[in-house]
Amino acid sequence: MKHDLSAKLAGHPFVQGLSEDHIKFLTGCIANVKFMPGEYVFREGEPADLLFLLRSGQVAVQVYGPGRGVTTLSTMGAGEIVGWSWAVPPYISHFDVVAQQMTLALSVDAKCLRAKCETDPEFGYQMLARMVKVIERRLTATRIQLLDMYGSHR
Amino acid sequence: MAHIAELPNVLNDSDPMIPRLMRVVKNRPETSNTFTLTLEDPDRIPFKFEPGQFNMVGIAGVGEVPVSVCGDPDSPMLVVHTIRAVGAITDALRRVVPGQFVMVRGPYGHGWPLREAEGHDVVIVCGGIGLAPMRPAVYRLLQARDRYGKCAMLYGTRTEKDILFKREFMRWRTRKDFRFELTLDRGRGVWRGNVGVVTDLISRLDVDAPNTIAMVCGYEMMMRFIVSSLIAQKLDPSRIFISMERNMKCGVGLCGHCQLRGTFVCRSGPVYRYSDIASLLPVREL
Ligand SMILES: Cc1cc2nc3c(=O)[nH]c(=O)nc-3n(C[C@H](O)[C@H](O)[C@H](O)COP(=O)(O)OP(=O)(O)OC[C@H]3O[C@@H](n4cnc5c(N)ncnc54)[C@H](O)[C@@H]3O)c2cc1C
Ligand code: FES
Repeated sequence: MKHDLSAKLAGHPFVQGLSEDHIKFLTGCIANVKFMPGEYVFREGEPADLLFLLRSGQVAVQVYGPGRGVTTLSTMGAGEIVGWSWAVPPYISHFDVVAQQMTLALSVDAKCLRAKCETDPEFGYQMLARMVKVIERRLTATRIQLLDMYGSHR
Repeated sequence: MAHIAELPNVLNDSDPMIPRLMRVVKNRPETSNTFTLTLEDPDRIPFKFEPGQFNMVGIAGVGEVPVSVCGDPDSPMLVVHTIRAVGAITDALRRVVPGQFVMVRGPYGHGWPLREAEGHDVVIVCGGIGLAPMRPAVYRLLQARDRYGKCAMLYGTRTEKDILFKREFMRWRTRKDFRFELTLDRGRGVWRGNVGVVTDLISRLDVDAPNTIAMVCGYEMMMRFIVSSLIAQKLDPSRIFISMERNMKCGVGLCGHCQLRGTFVCRSGPVYRYSDIASLLPVREL
């Protein structure tokens, strides 16, 4: 069973370049999860105790505002990760994330992951370096979104 | 670089500055500020063009503007333009009605490298009105689908209301041999598709970089981000093609209005190999 999880984990882009030992180390924190369309992966304000490595399907990051309803800010699919709040105190989720299609993922227990990052600084560095890459990509995407880069309203 | 005399089918061979009058067959709104004009030559002279080429389209007494040809290159009896109304001339064009005549000169410029792309995978990335110059290329590609490897098209636009050619998308989506992805900057209500910038979709593609040709069209700032994402996927800059826009007057390399340092966009472009103009893009006010 663990071997199966380890193989699934090794195939995810998030761990590309991670040593075999570190993949095994991380496998101790993960579980296989599945979300049906419409099911929430997590909700705004909830403790951010899981990080998700998406394997297939699609999820939407959403925010709800009275009078505006639900706005989808971004969607993510296979190979991407969802949830960064596990890395930053107070470890609370800032958005709703809902499955738009049947979605398969590996969930990573955040407490377990944080403990492993503390006990093995090299592993911790590898995890944070990967998170920074994801955050940099998302930040760039958000900046581009702000630009009205399709010139729709010029 | 072809001389203007070698360019195909300039409507008035004797003097490329003299427009032909074309009759408006249809003027259909696409979105709140974008419309599609369908024109025909009253003498039924076929209009041949290559995907990516443009016409100078105008109204007597108002002026003329460069607009890409957006119809099917295999339907030469109709000339189709999809235009976003942004100023005096495009707004005047928005108001034309069937039966009225508009002035057309063209087709001008160099189009998409469909010949060079044969035998390769093709990735098309466009945003907003950038879909208009790309549509004839998609028609050609799908019509001769067996000449190409894997084909994907990524299209981004602001909101659901800004999506162009919705009906066409439905058809493209059902094709198993053509991957079509659409993304919005913002999704409201019942929207269940992708949300995020079009560059996000690039990183989700499984690109065989040495065997891929990319064609990019849209607002210039957007194209810079798209090109960076394609290069991050290991695409060589010489395999990326972009369509440039500059103010134009003559459209045939005479006036210099469209000059981009050592090149005239109307004559050497609008489609360029990215590696040929990469150094010019970051230069302000060029
Ligand atoms: C080769 C080529 C192909 C084109 N194809 C199409 C097409 O298929 N469909 C289409 O809708 N447009 C296309 N354009 C752009 C089109 O030519 C311009 O929108 C048009 O010239 C605007 O003229 P106007 O008199 O209506 O507005 P103007 O009065 O000239 O401008 C109004 C406002 O729009 C801004 N603006 C004008 N043109 C541009 C531009 N190209 N980029 C950014 N901002 C601009 C101006 O800065 C100004 O603020 C193309 C341009 C080129 C060079
Ligand atoms: S528009 Fe006159 S030279 Fe290009």
